[in-house]
Amino acid sequence: MTTTRLIRFIRRGQRVQLAHVAPDRTLLEVLREDLAATGTKEGCGEGDCGACTVVLGSERDGRMHYEAVNACIRLAHSIDGMALWTVEDLTADPLIQPAGDAAGGDLHPAQQALVDCHGTQCGFCTPGFAMSMFGMYQNHVCRGQAITREMAVRELSGNLCRCTGYRPILDAAQQMQELPAMRVDEAALLQHLKQLALDTQRPEADSTYDAPTTLQALLAARAAHPQAQVVAGCTDVGLWVTKGHRRFERVLDVTRAQELRAVREDGGLLTIGAAVTLTDAYAALVAHWPQLARFAERFAGLPVRNSGTLGGNVANGSPIGDSMPLLIALGAQVELASTRGSRRLPLEDLYTGYRTSVMAADELLTFIHVPLPVAGQLLAAYKVSKRFDDDISAVCLVLNLHVDAGRVAQARIGAGGVAAVPARARQAEAALAGQPWGEAAAAAAGQALQAEFSPISDMRASSAYRRELLAALPLRLWRESRQGTPQALTLHELSPLTLSEEALP
Amino acid sequence: MKRDDITLRGAGESAAIAPQPAMGRSHPHESARAQVAGNAHYIDDLPELRGTLFAAPVMSPVAHGRVNGIDASAALAMPGVHGVVLASDIPGDRVFPSAARDEAILASEAVQHVGQVVALVVADTVMAARRAARFVKLDVTPLPAILSVQDALAAQSFVLPPVHVRRGDAEAALAQATHRLQGQFETGGQEHFYLEGQIAYALPLEQGQWWIHSSNQHPGEVQHWVAHALGIPAHAVRVECRRMGGGFGGKETQAGHMAVWAALAARKFGRPVKLRLDRDDDFMVTGKRHPFAYEYDVGFDASGRITGLKLQMATDCGHSADLSGAVADRAVFHCDNAYFLEDVDIVSYRCKTHMQSHTAFRGFGGPQGVIAIEVILGDIARRLRLDALDVRLRNLYGKDERNVTHYQMQVEDNILHELLPTLEQSSDYRRRQKAVSAWNAVNPVFKRGLAITPVKFGISFTATLFNQAGALVHVYTDGSVQVNHGGTEMGQGLNTKVAQVVADELGVPLDHVMVTAADTSKVPNASATAASSGTDLNGRAAQYAARTVRDNLAAFVSGLDRCGAGAVRFEGGMVISPQTTRPWREVVVAAYANRIQLWSDGFYRTPKIHYDKTTLTGRPFFYFAYGAACTEVAIDTTTGESRVLAIDILHDVGRSLNPAIDVGQIEGGFIQGMGWLTTEELVWDPKGRLATHAPSTYKIPATSDVPEHLNVALWPEANREDNVGGSKAVGEPPFMLAISVYEALRNAVAAARADGGAAAGERIELRAPATAENVLRALGRVAG
Repeated sequence: MTTTRLIRFIRRGQRVQLAHVAPDRTLLEVLREDLAATGTKEGCGEGDCGACTVVLGSERDGRMHYEAVNACIRLAHSIDGMALWTVEDLTADPLIQPAGDAAGGDLHPAQQALVDCHGTQCGFCTPGFAMSMFGMYQNHVCRGQAITREMAVRELSGNLCRCTGYRPILDAAQQMQELPAMRVDEAALLQHLKQLALDTQRPEADSTYDAPTTLQALLAARAAHPQAQVVAGCTDVGLWVTKGHRRFERVLDVTRAQELRAVREDGGLLTIGAAVTLTDAYAALVAHWPQLARFAERFAGLPVRNSGTLGGNVANGSPIGDSMPLLIALGAQVELASTRGSRRLPLEDLYTGYRTSVMAADELLTFIHVPLPVAGQLLAAYKVSKRFDDDISAVCLVLNLHVDAGRVAQARIGAGGVAAVPARARQAEAALAGQPWGEAAAAAAGQALQAEFSPISDMRASSAYRRELLAALPLRLWRESRQGTPQALTLHELSPLTLSEEALP
Repeated sequence: MKRDDITLRGAGESAAIAPQPAMGRSHPHESARAQVAGNAHYIDDLPELRGTLFAAPVMSPVAHGRVNGIDASAALAMPGVHGVVLASDIPGDRVFPSAARDEAILASEAVQHVGQVVALVVADTVMAARRAARFVKLDVTPLPAILSVQDALAAQSFVLPPVHVRRGDAEAALAQATHRLQGQFETGGQEHFYLEGQIAYALPLEQGQWWIHSSNQHPGEVQHWVAHALGIPAHAVRVECRRMGGGFGGKETQAGHMAVWAALAARKFGRPVKLRLDRDDDFMVTGKRHPFAYEYDVGFDASGRITGLKLQMATDCGHSADLSGAVADRAVFHCDNAYFLEDVDIVSYRCKTHMQSHTAFRGFGGPQGVIAIEVILGDIARRLRLDALDVRLRNLYGKDERNVTHYQMQVEDNILHELLPTLEQSSDYRRRQKAVSAWNAVNPVFKRGLAITPVKFGISFTATLFNQAGALVHVYTDGSVQVNHGGTEMGQGLNTKVAQVVADELGVPLDHVMVTAADTSKVPNASATAASSGTDLNGRAAQYAARTVRDNLAAFVSGLDRCGAGAVRFEGGMVISPQTTRPWREVVVAAYANRIQLWSDGFYRTPKIHYDKTTLTGRPFFYFAYGAACTEVAIDTTTGESRVLAIDILHDVGRSLNPAIDVGQIEGGFIQGMGWLTTEELVWDPKGRLATHAPSTYKIPATSDVPEHLNVALWPEANREDNVGGSKAVGEPPFMLAISVYEALRNAVAAARADGGAAAGERIELRAPATAENVLRALGRVAG
């Protein structure tokens, strides 16, 4: 007989225990309908507006780790064992206290700053902003890190506001650090979480929401229930529930398998477990390829990156996912595992068609192996979308050239948004190989890309525009590779001609 | 705080006018503390009554067709489903009682757009209702659909007859013009994207009475519509709205649909019913800002001054008239923007297409009118190779001559002759324009553009009868004050401003005054909160109500102290007569004991306005609000991507009632307008299905789209007309300042095309919204 596990989490310094929650109910539904916590709003039901942002806390390396996530597409069961804050909790959590002798107000600094800066109008997006700011407060202010405007822009890009035009909200994000400090009592919270972890639920033989803690158990569960819906961060599967109205009788959550939660470096490879969030996975990639920083931040918004996983993005296999063109260009391999054993294959060989892959019914994607950078590597990841942040690519093109003595020794190119699958651009690679790196080679690569792909027209872009980008982006790489020239700038590095007097004639 | 820098800078000379204790100060929004704490209730947050059911719409899958039948059997068999509501379940009239009476409450014979609601499924939970709605099968015979404004024009498919406004002899003026230019262009629609989607909660009460919670801008109309559909008198229906999570015009008429549908479902099942649209359904069901298509023929002299203009505006109204007539009228009233058009011929077509019924959206046709003349002036400047600001200045309405609009209203309060040069100076426009040219001369990849555009926006409902408002002010015996007025709070700060007005009228601290939910059982027949008029109308009505209470108290005190009532002052929570100073509360208690009325109504109607609908002439507006913006942009000629780099705004709100709230309206309006003209692209597929139906595909501005250089200053002069507190309306006018973004982009495109050897002075054809793709198209690099 199938059973439903309890959901247990820490809220307002107390353990909350929920029984009989269906495996496919979202955290937002449970908050609003079961717990009467209506402060958290539904704006879109698909993780794109941030009105439903809540903060999750978990132990990591002995300290608290805070993540703002979208409650609307997060399955409720996935927060088992964590701490949860909703907007109501900022004024009701006894574990949030004024720091030292500071006399705290009745509002949290994230909230008070929004009031002081006139950061609310209709107020419907406000709880989400307050929670994203609470996450920033714990992650940055409480660790002595100043919040700059640039940081606020970046970390709030997944929260939409239709009224204010954002300026007062960005002011508030920077101002909250000036207010009397309030902080989470981490020692007490860690103790609560530890107790929760010790008080392990009896593993149910046949639970409808299964989140095994070892890879072995995970693979066994996969073999036993090949029909179960596999989820990681649920940032796409969540939409199958909210928008597709699908029901899952059984869910298999891969994110608790310890082996899959780590990033390792070994044998010239960066190995990213399938349960590593996009935030952490991209941080590991950016550590090796700093030029990917802006690209990484443009992947959805922070709440989605905090929930979603790199493995999930790859396994889902959307032709417009941004991770795959990058990983293909980097020469990444994916590891697939089942109780029968494991195998590795180049990422580009994973996909067989629109959202189909070579994965067997009992297999899971477990690891992504990325070769570490070598000297002479020229890597650029380009994303073109209607909106700069928190959007899906019209075209994503990642070029990885090995330039040796002015010549392209080798090229690997990944492309998204131009075919039914994330694709490797072998013809363009061939067009570049052996050529002197220059405008002619870049133009030839562009022509090869245009010959290689026949992108469709849709609501994001026309086929003609996508084709034009395929030709233009290799030329942009050529331009940007000429360091020190004005052409090496990007649009986002331009300043207005107002601020510096010397810029004026 | 930066915010104060902005407001103080803006306060300028007006600081000389000592602000009132409450008015003129940047008090926080009355709900701010509740909003940040998650305690501000929206309709979906209200406790649900026992037995509440949930409804979800069944929508047409085709753009145009004849309905042969509806088969709900599969849906009815699903768990938790109670039933469906069809047109045959409507006890009253089956047509929405709009002026045109052209929209079925539930489509039963024909469907007119993809997403038109034909039925509702009612179930135990919202998800059960939504799931089941997809299993209701429609038997529809498709009919030919009109899916573009051009096709509608060709087919003479209109929701309302065309409107023609002429002055002088445009044809002759064009024939004699030194220069002449023709062009065509289009502007796209815009989804409101209020963060709180459409919602209504209908509660059947005893004895055939109803209580409707509706997130809407016009409770009086919702009351009328619900009564009409249920076939009951209006007095049996009470509509309440404490706040909306954004409206922007999208909840003016079209929130009424939700309320009527919820009420019909509640009537059929005899239980409370909540209807909360899923965001995707909201996009599919409700109308947007009207897309427009333009054709013009303009004559001008060597200085760029317009000597004659023929302008055709074709408005895509969607399948029904809704508010389209008034929207298209306002476009006609605003296609002059700030400029004198002597010999002019304007024709406006109100086209019927098989799409969502487009509706009110901040500016209400004004933006579509203003952009027409701004595009034309930009074209003229580029053709003559003159600075566009100089051309704009030369065309401004004069102060003493050239000051009558094409609809025969004299422009009496023109401040642009002072405001524009002030912004020109403060934004350093001339030097920056040179710097932009210098940059463009040496940078082939990134091109910059800079533009200043002004706005002159007429304030008042063009339908004169809507320019009335009522309010109630109740003083309780503890001295606290409750205010109710006919306006609705959608985030714009109306309740805050009204509270400030009442506090100063009674001379009490602001925290004594509470404004309560809009409620048709308190103030009846209230107009929509729209046309930027919320504070002008309701603020004044509340002021008059408070004044009556104050007069009652003054008369009472004058009797006690044997002085004239006029000698009694109300200040700082005290009531001051020449003899005695008493605390407010003490006076209130004493007055109550002496049976003095401590509450009153107030009524206001806007003076001076009149308008003849048959000749399209008169004074439709009480006054104009003005402003101007200077915007710098850059484009990447590789991909067409663009950035707004700097914005300087100087805007006229009269004597600001609340500078922080006004700056919030200005910035928010500008960024929303920027979205309309840059990233917010609505795409309908060839079958008329809206393909951009959620924030994943429809992109409103996000944090990183707003430049750090965003300066807002307020023009330091009170309204020259007698408006509440000397203020001016602020909701819509700033939206149009974002046209400077579009003109700056066209300048950048022109610079890039000049590099490519394009003919000097050519028209820059940049589709709005200027997405990266459309910029690259304007550069000649994308066909189609």
